[in-house]
Amino acid sequence: MIAEAGLAALWFAAALCGLQLMFGIFAIRSGREDISSAVRPIAIVQGLLTAIAFAMLIWLFLRTDLSVELVAANSHSAKPWLYKFAGAWGNHEGSMLLWVAVLAVAGALVAIFEKRLREQTLIATLAAQAAIGLGFYAFLLFASNPFARLDPAPAQGQGLNPLLQDPGLAFHPPTLYLGYVGISVAFSFAVGALVTRDVDAAFARAMRPWVLGAWIFLTLGIAAGSYWAYYELGWGGWWFWDPVENASLMPWLAATALLHSVTVLATRDSLRAWTIMLAVVAFSMSMVGTFLVRSGVLTSVHAFAVDPQRGAFILGLLILYIGGALALYGLRIGTVREGKQFEPVSREGALVVNNLLLSAILGIVLVGTLYPLGVEAVTGEQLSVGPPYFNSTAGPLALVLVAVMAFGPLLRWRRDDWRALIGRVSLPILIAALALMVLVFLVSPIGILPMLGLILAAGIAAASLAPLWKRNLRRTPLFTYGMVIAHFGVGVALAGMAFESAFTEEVLVAARPGETYQVGPYSVRFDGTEPVAGPNWTAIEGRLSVTRGSGSAITMRPQARMFASPETETSEAAIRTAWNGQLYTVLGNGDSEGRWQLRLWWKPFVTFIWLGGALIALGGLLALIGRVRRERKAIARELYA
Amino acid sequence: MKAKHQRLTLAIIAVVAVIGAGFLALAGLRDNAALFRTPAEIAAEPIAAGQAIRLGGMVAGGSIESQPDGVTITFIVEDGDAQVPVRYSGITPDLFRENSGVVAEGAFDANGVFVAQTILAKHDENYMPPPMRDMETTSPGVGS
Repeated sequence: MIAEAGLAALWFAAALCGLQLMFGIFAIRSGREDISSAVRPIAIVQGLLTAIAFAMLIWLFLRTDLSVELVAANSHSAKPWLYKFAGAWGNHEGSMLLWVAVLAVAGALVAIFEKRLREQTLIATLAAQAAIGLGFYAFLLFASNPFARLDPAPAQGQGLNPLLQDPGLAFHPPTLYLGYVGISVAFSFAVGALVTRDVDAAFARAMRPWVLGAWIFLTLGIAAGSYWAYYELGWGGWWFWDPVENASLMPWLAATALLHSVTVLATRDSLRAWTIMLAVVAFSMSMVGTFLVRSGVLTSVHAFAVDPQRGAFILGLLILYIGGALALYGLRIGTVREGKQFEPVSREGALVVNNLLLSAILGIVLVGTLYPLGVEAVTGEQLSVGPPYFNSTAGPLALVLVAVMAFGPLLRWRRDDWRALIGRVSLPILIAALALMVLVFLVSPIGILPMLGLILAAGIAAASLAPLWKRNLRRTPLFTYGMVIAHFGVGVALAGMAFESAFTEEVLVAARPGETYQVGPYSVRFDGTEPVAGPNWTAIEGRLSVTRGSGSAITMRPQARMFASPETETSEAAIRTAWNGQLYTVLGNGDSEGRWQLRLWWKPFVTFIWLGGALIALGGLLALIGRVRRERKAIARELYA
Repeated sequence: MKAKHQRLTLAIIAVVAVIGAGFLALAGLRDNAALFRTPAEIAAEPIAAGQAIRLGGMVAGGSIESQPDGVTITFIVEDGDAQVPVRYSGITPDLFRENSGVVAEGAFDANGVFVAQTILAKHDENYMPPPMRDMETTSPGVGS
């Protein structure tokens, strides 16, 4: 009965979604208040119903109800409970249900909490949200029903892809979806504003928290995915420029640009048309991302099922929504009044440069990601675009962006003076120059990109703190701290990336028990292997006795795991984290002479990459709290004035 | 500057930036896109040494040989019509074995040996890269 209840909730939610769209359109056309007052409650109940449907799916997975096709195909009763729970979205149907649930709940939250937006614009926003939702309800109910029954029920399920059996599954997909779908809220705001032609500073202030929220989750989701791939795949890399990674990076780039332009709109009432355009682009990118990951055009652990029909369905939705959004933009943007103009040398000017660079990087990543698909579709030729392309094109632009980032926050709004700016940035420039000298004199030659990366990381870390210089730290608003911490986080992450790519040491050997190897500051002795067993796997476990300097030895245990259901082998790296880097060890195959392949990496400061990501997200969170608080105060002032 | 002009200027700058990025992207793609090739295609149309490609085919039966250092292997990738010798240093993926599908990323050296940087083996049925799926249905005489 659980599955039927879930399906019923989903159907009801879909019906309400259609109602929400119709009422919304009718309310705007007729201006009738009795109808528009119904839209909010409908949105709230719709969100509640999808949440219930999703809870039902989780319940089915926790019970391992094998009479449900999805559970039978993706779960197994011997699986640890965490993977039963997270396994609910570790498959195509479940993940699409999560997508829809997040969308509907986000709509409900807008209906509950959004107080500042003009009523008409809010109704239009909720109608736009419903229009997006409707397509995905149709996709779920007609092409990806997660609650379909299987008769007769099998005795046992087929299990979950072992690569996904990791705590990362509980965290990475939901955060990324919150980001993807959160962007759709920003988009709905933009559509709402286009419909009522109400694009101004007040609108930007209402939209900003939603953009910030989505951006925080995207940042966390990407960082989590990167770390997961790093330790799970056993390849020692943290970013592969895989199309699936790009699918999450592209919305992030657009959202980052949007985040900065919406600030210009909120503060100075400039960049109206551009901000709306960015909201459309950001949403398009999250649709493209959903298409790339979920349609099966790409092969990865993310592509759960290759079903051409589903791919075509998502492609249809993609074209419908992106085309519709662009058409509405083209029709309406001419009637939105021009915002205020601004001086080139000003905070606004710097943020425009930020936006242009982010857009250019986005374009490059988009072209590189879609090019192989396009070529194969047209000529049948198969090719792949990988790190050499992205590093040589997006890499330098990203470094320019970081360089601009050092100056931007030190410029005043409205109008500023170049000479005054140079005075303000002299200290960061001095620090960057110092870093350059240290690198040139003390360090063996390294690549140009890592070299520039390290110099810029030092410069930006110093420059990001400069806005706090000579300020009363107690009276500095929370969102300024947010900006400082996020920009500092970029420096930290960049330092990690540059250190990792410039100074990683690698040892690849066939080791006999008792042999010792040096890698980085560690000395690693191979002590042999032991068979071990887990709840649903067996493994051969390497025993490494690891010492650093004169410290005492610790044991590291990299494993080669064999899963019974489905029958798969995975490699579990053993990782030792120190303050200045990680020792990363992988066990390979044994040979007839009793030797075992070992791959050892010393990756200095690699953890800074994800630490930086966390700081960026934390900065976003502080900015969000700071902004919402200030808005609350403003509302309170208006009420009691 | 009038308001209208500023919007126009910004639009022009944005268009120039996008076109510039497009050119940069195309130049990058011309130099860096790696083609997918099977041994038969390489026999018909040889690939220059040093050019990055993806080589796809079957690992020939009895062809995997371990080198004395214990971490380097050589093997032959075939597709029924032609063969390509491959060398790889590193830990092979779990499902890399003889008479099974493989995709190797790398380039030919001066001696005509394909030096693989990365090896992707055929995973289970659900996670097979499309190139291999096509291969198995289009190249008769090669079982999996």
